[in-house]
Amino acid sequence: MTVAVIQFGGSNCDRDTVQALTAMGVDAELVWHEDGLPAETSGVVLPGGFSYGDYLRAGAMAARSPIMDEVRELAEEETPVLGICNGAQIGCESALTPGAFTTNESARFQCEHVYLRVENADTPWTRAYEEGEVVEFPIAHGEGRFEIEDERLEELEEDDRILFRYCDGDGNVTADTNPNGSKHNVAGVTGEDDHVAVMMPHPERVSLPELGSTDGRGVLTGFAES
Amino acid sequence: MSLDDSDHELIVDHLGREPTPAEAALFENLWSEHCAYRSSRPLLSAFDSEGEQVVVGPGDDAAVVSLPAGEDGSEAYITMGVESHNHPSYVDPFDGAATGVGGIVRDTLSMGAYPIALADSLYFGDFDREHSRYLFEGVVEGISHYGNCIGVPTVTGSVAFHDDYEGNPLVNVACIGLIDDPDRMVTAEAQQPGNKLVLVGNATGRDGLGGASFASEDLSEDAETEDRPAVQVGDPYTEKLLIEASERLLDEDLIESARDLGAAGLGGASSEMVAKGGLGADIELDAVHQREPNMTALEILLSESQERMCYEVTPENVEEVKAVAERYDLGASVIGEVTEGNYRCTFEGETVVDVDAHFLGEGAPMNDLPTEPQPTAERDLPDADLDAALESVLSSPNTASKRWVYRQYDHEVQVRTSVRPGDDAAVLAVREADVGLAFSSGADPNWTDAAPYDGARAVALENATNLAAKGAVPHAAVDCLNGGNPEKPDVYGGFSDIVDGLAEMCRRLDVPVVGGNVSLYNDSPSGPIPPTPTLAVVGTKDSYDAPPLSLSGEGDILLVGEGPVAGGREARLGGSEYLSAFGGTDRFPAVPEDPSGFVETAAAVADRETTLATHDVSHGGLAVALAEMVSGDAGASVTVDGSTPALFDERPGRVVVETTAPEDVRAAFDGVAPVTQLGSADGSGTLSLSLDGETTTLEAEQIQAYRDVIAETLE
Repeated sequence: MTVAVIQFGGSNCDRDTVQALTAMGVDAELVWHEDGLPAETSGVVLPGGFSYGDYLRAGAMAARSPIMDEVRELAEEETPVLGICNGAQIGCESALTPGAFTTNESARFQCEHVYLRVENADTPWTRAYEEGEVVEFPIAHGEGRFEIEDERLEELEEDDRILFRYCDGDGNVTADTNPNGSKHNVAGVTGEDDHVAVMMPHPERVSLPELGSTDGRGVLTGFAES
Repeated sequence: MSLDDSDHELIVDHLGREPTPAEAALFENLWSEHCAYRSSRPLLSAFDSEGEQVVVGPGDDAAVVSLPAGEDGSEAYITMGVESHNHPSYVDPFDGAATGVGGIVRDTLSMGAYPIALADSLYFGDFDREHSRYLFEGVVEGISHYGNCIGVPTVTGSVAFHDDYEGNPLVNVACIGLIDDPDRMVTAEAQQPGNKLVLVGNATGRDGLGGASFASEDLSEDAETEDRPAVQVGDPYTEKLLIEASERLLDEDLIESARDLGAAGLGGASSEMVAKGGLGADIELDAVHQREPNMTALEILLSESQERMCYEVTPENVEEVKAVAERYDLGASVIGEVTEGNYRCTFEGETVVDVDAHFLGEGAPMNDLPTEPQPTAERDLPDADLDAALESVLSSPNTASKRWVYRQYDHEVQVRTSVRPGDDAAVLAVREADVGLAFSSGADPNWTDAAPYDGARAVALENATNLAAKGAVPHAAVDCLNGGNPEKPDVYGGFSDIVDGLAEMCRRLDVPVVGGNVSLYNDSPSGPIPPTPTLAVVGTKDSYDAPPLSLSGEGDILLVGEGPVAGGREARLGGSEYLSAFGGTDRFPAVPEDPSGFVETAAAVADRETTLATHDVSHGGLAVALAEMVSGDAGASVTVDGSTPALFDERPGRVVVETTAPEDVRAAFDGVAPVTQLGSADGSGTLSLSLDGETTTLEAEQIQAYRDVIAETLE
């Protein structure tokens, strides 16, 4: 059983994610998109980066690559699938998750640490946290502003499909704590079923104890249980 | 630009005939200042580039340095390289800066390394001018776009503004690569006649023609429009594929030697490879995969299209190399083979180049240019009151926060960054060798403008102090030496001084300078740039963490180092931000008597458990260093025995230490450097400065407002 971290041309957080999962004792491997998923795939990560150079739209080309058909099939069979950063854009582009991630309000790339409030602690990705808990994650994106129709967002909120919102150190969610202009400060959402999720912040960058913080391990634990 | 008469004569003499047009163009580019270092090479012998850690010194695509062996005996190497992309960044800031990143990363790949960190040192004209800000924004965006896309973190660097960069900004970019197994190292030296030369990467087009010669003359009034075709356009997506392909080729041990295609394109890379091996080549230019039709031999030979590598491959491995290229959607063409004869190129059945590769690469005569000694400044100090001085110096874009810049760079990809930008030096976790690698890069044009020799010594010491403040001992350095038109004796005199000053301090610190880059002719209608010696230094330590720059609020505050506050010396303000704000001149401060002892002891003290915070004292002097350490949660009360200038003296080789064991720090520096108790840290969030019996206070919020000038202006 292995977690497949899919490598598209231009992916660049692929090795980081394998390293973070491996350090947690989760079996993970890089899978080049043209090689297809291994038979024993027990989880899938769509990692961060710039798949296909973000030409056309971030994530748009990767979402249409053949390996995504395999990912969709596994997702329907309740295999955990997590999209991080560019992987989140791919997840939305391929309709695994709702909404879209588009150009930051600042129109610039932003690499910085932000606070996130855990909105729903009853998913495979957030079970390690308490609801309302504040964690610190890095973001690194130029197109991370979550966009969706108002009615759809209300539905998501009613169905408890928001994983994290950008907040301050005390958990207050305000316009000032929103780094990229995301609607309702949304930083991550789940698919129809909560074993599929996407998020812009990078859990793999806060999962290796030698770099200081392990706040992100809670998210990756979603694969340990699979 | 064309071949000058004496070069032409030498070439005709050597060949026994007139050069063909393609040969003449090759000589013009490879014998240019940019490629052949004709004016600077005679000076570069000042540098000491040897040491037991040096595996490959100057002269290849990048230098290779061994890291201290891990406890389990694991051996790893790093590569170090630095490059300038000055003229292209003036003409087209976004693409010029972006392709500078691409070039230094390919230099790293061609040694068999994986690029793990970038640093950018940038220099622009006065921040108040709109054109300077346009260049600054474009350059930062170009670096951000390219570096972020290829997944190599930009972890440190520097940004400075100075009037004399108005017509000629500088973009210096350094890259560190990791070779986690010494057997993976390759060089640019061709190995064996009969091996094939394979060109992998982007198709060749008509972009960047004559880039090397463009970099070897002054920028003209109309450079922004006239020289556009000499600037290349980068494609970071292809570069990332090239990184992946390179890893695969190394994993499968498929390449014998490698060189990236940079200045002078295919002609440069292929001829230099075989020249290094004392060999020749037969190259069929028609075989090159091309992006546009009807290219001439000369265009194929000299195009500087980006994201291309030339590999030497044994005949039996050619198909496998092509398969790897195909896997990563990269073009590949077998363009010829290594021979024992001349460097020969054919095109449409005709021989267009037939010369001795060694003569082409090494035959350029060196220039022995006259220099003029640099004047020494007299003392003429302005009168400024402390509050006004604090406001001016803290809100100068030179000392201000660079967060607006590094926030646009992905500085955490590859999960190695344990100390992030905004501190004195970055620290990277190199788990493969169990080493913490600290990295600092920069220069200060105010210093080298005021005093080229002493200023360059200060640049070297300041970078070393940045590492030491984070607990690392300097290990090796590369330099990027930028100067104006060397044919002007006063300009060349200043350039010659920065070379000597940098070399002298690196020698005293026992840091080998393992490679570098020289960029001359940074001269425009608005005059020459200040001589600018960017130094990129790495240091090593046996842990990944480091004391922060910010005060904890719990300890005593000590100043270590000689200067107007300690050691009883008079303030010297030459080269300071204080003088650039208020006018006036002064001598440049002296460097400490034992810089090497200072750096080693500072590194050891930084890593003690009782050390709560450390910060080097440099641009803006002690006033800026202390202000930067204050946050909303922690402040300090400090008394300085001296007058206002003492706070703004930029004497290098000093650190501020917050410690719970001040006596231990004194004992450690006994006989090495003076230690002065300045005061103590507290939880106030305020900097309280007492000087000459008067006290001034600055709230953290006020300090931040001053320091935010770049973001405030550009957002």
